[in-house]
Amino acid sequence: MGSFLLRLGGYAILVLGGVLTIAPFYFMFVFATHQRSEIFGFPPPLWFGEHFMTNYQILVNKIPFWRAYWNNFYLAFMTTITSLFFCSLAGFGFAMYQFRWREQLFAVVMATLLVPAILNLIPFYLLIFQIGWINTPKALWVPAMAGALGIFMMRQYIISAIPKELIDAARIDGCSEFQIYWRIVLPLIRPALGTLGLITFIGSWNRFADVNVIMRTQETKTIPVVLRTLQGATDVEWGAIMAGTALMVAPLLLVFAIAARQLMEGLTSGAVKN
Amino acid sequence: MSFQAWTPSDGWGRWKYVGLENYTFTLTDPMFLRSMWNTIWLGVFSGVPQHLIAIPLAFVIHMVLSRFKTFVTAVYFLPYITSTVAVALIFNTLFATQNGIINLVIAHLNNWPLLGALLPDEKINWFTSANIKYAIALMVVWQFTGWNTLLYLSAIQAIPKDLYEAASVDGASRIQQFRYITLPLLRPMMFFAVSLTIIGNMQLFEQPFILLNGGASGATPGGQTATMYMYRTAFEWLEMGTAASIAWILFIFIGILTYLNNLIFGRSARGE
Repeated sequence: MGSFLLRLGGYAILVLGGVLTIAPFYFMFVFATHQRSEIFGFPPPLWFGEHFMTNYQILVNKIPFWRAYWNNFYLAFMTTITSLFFCSLAGFGFAMYQFRWREQLFAVVMATLLVPAILNLIPFYLLIFQIGWINTPKALWVPAMAGALGIFMMRQYIISAIPKELIDAARIDGCSEFQIYWRIVLPLIRPALGTLGLITFIGSWNRFADVNVIMRTQETKTIPVVLRTLQGATDVEWGAIMAGTALMVAPLLLVFAIAARQLMEGLTSGAVKN
Repeated sequence: MSFQAWTPSDGWGRWKYVGLENYTFTLTDPMFLRSMWNTIWLGVFSGVPQHLIAIPLAFVIHMVLSRFKTFVTAVYFLPYITSTVAVALIFNTLFATQNGIINLVIAHLNNWPLLGALLPDEKINWFTSANIKYAIALMVVWQFTGWNTLLYLSAIQAIPKDLYEAASVDGASRIQQFRYITLPLLRPMMFFAVSLTIIGNMQLFEQPFILLNGGASGATPGGQTATMYMYRTAFEWLEMGTAASIAWILFIFIGILTYLNNLIFGRSARGE
């Protein structure tokens, strides 16, 4: 009986927590279908309204929304593809080759994880400024090609998943080193590639501070940045902002719905070993 | 850079050496000190609740659920993958003074016995210098509790089942099991999760930046964090050298905090 009550209490806590977690998302979608006067009226809207198209029109009239959307996709896609290639290649090198200064070099790569990301903003800006890449998308994805976290994940996975004998056997059969990477290692580390791809895509989809600094014209900005410019206007159209926010979050929700388990397991697998 | 004076319009290479001037300016600048204080306040009030909620929550998920465990954890995890800019924009509407959902819920809870006594009677204007910190903290807790829950859940699942079985044979209640088995064995994960929270909270930027409308809001002094101040110094006032000194001061500060966390949690986490 006591255990039954305890269980019931547990369910109650979980449901309450779940509702609190979901509520802001719910209101985002609800507000996206209402006009500003309704959002801040009494009672506030608790169910979907009929003004989504009105909000959408305001959104696309005030900002180049789909241009920004495309920029988001382009940035996330380029970062993800290049990261998968270079991180797995670097991870393969660190995992499978013996060379001088290997440990030291790996330690240097890992040390970059210790520097808080946003404190990098000023040197990053100065560098981009100096090489004249302000306002170009490559300023954002080229430096992100080989992140330390990705290299670390790939190295760990390759060490645990690929026996050295397999590599030796391939060598004896006359595989070149790049062929070994391309035809043997890559197919075997697919699960890790999937996880890294998800993390990278979500991370670059959500980037804000550095994009805001590097991208100066409307044509090059991404959605988080252009949505924020709407907020700066005198008459803030919250319905339109919510519509834009919902459209921005939608691909993330979709990706997460498909791959939640893989993402969550991938993120914690490194942590639990510690 | 932190020893130079430079602004982008000077053109590249035209730096001016100023010695420690940037540091003495920053360390005596009341706006910087205020933003440091805000950062520390937010670090505590948005960091501690995350863990106080996440640990029992992970324990409850582990004890009560079997089939829907992944689904429920995914729901709690959802805010973590969502763009912070999106989250801040959403909460901006929820925090509205008149008829904002959060104020209406508080007004409603006010009618309840016990709980009502703890809550203010009047509608809260979240966007004042005094209140904005609570709004930011609430948002950060909402966004990151699920992440910590996931971390703690994965650690709890790694605890061998026979420990619990042995304890229940000895007559230990669920709560005793939590107190004497789960908590001590979670220490390594606490160290890891708390380290991440410290580093993350010292860098809070997007949440205050959006809620304070990039610094254009009247509540800015009360909610501006150190990184937001650094950002504005660099890209609004274009004082790159001063901003670089802020970055260095913050870097050292985060380093010290991480070291202290290591002293407190790390030793016991390693079982010394």
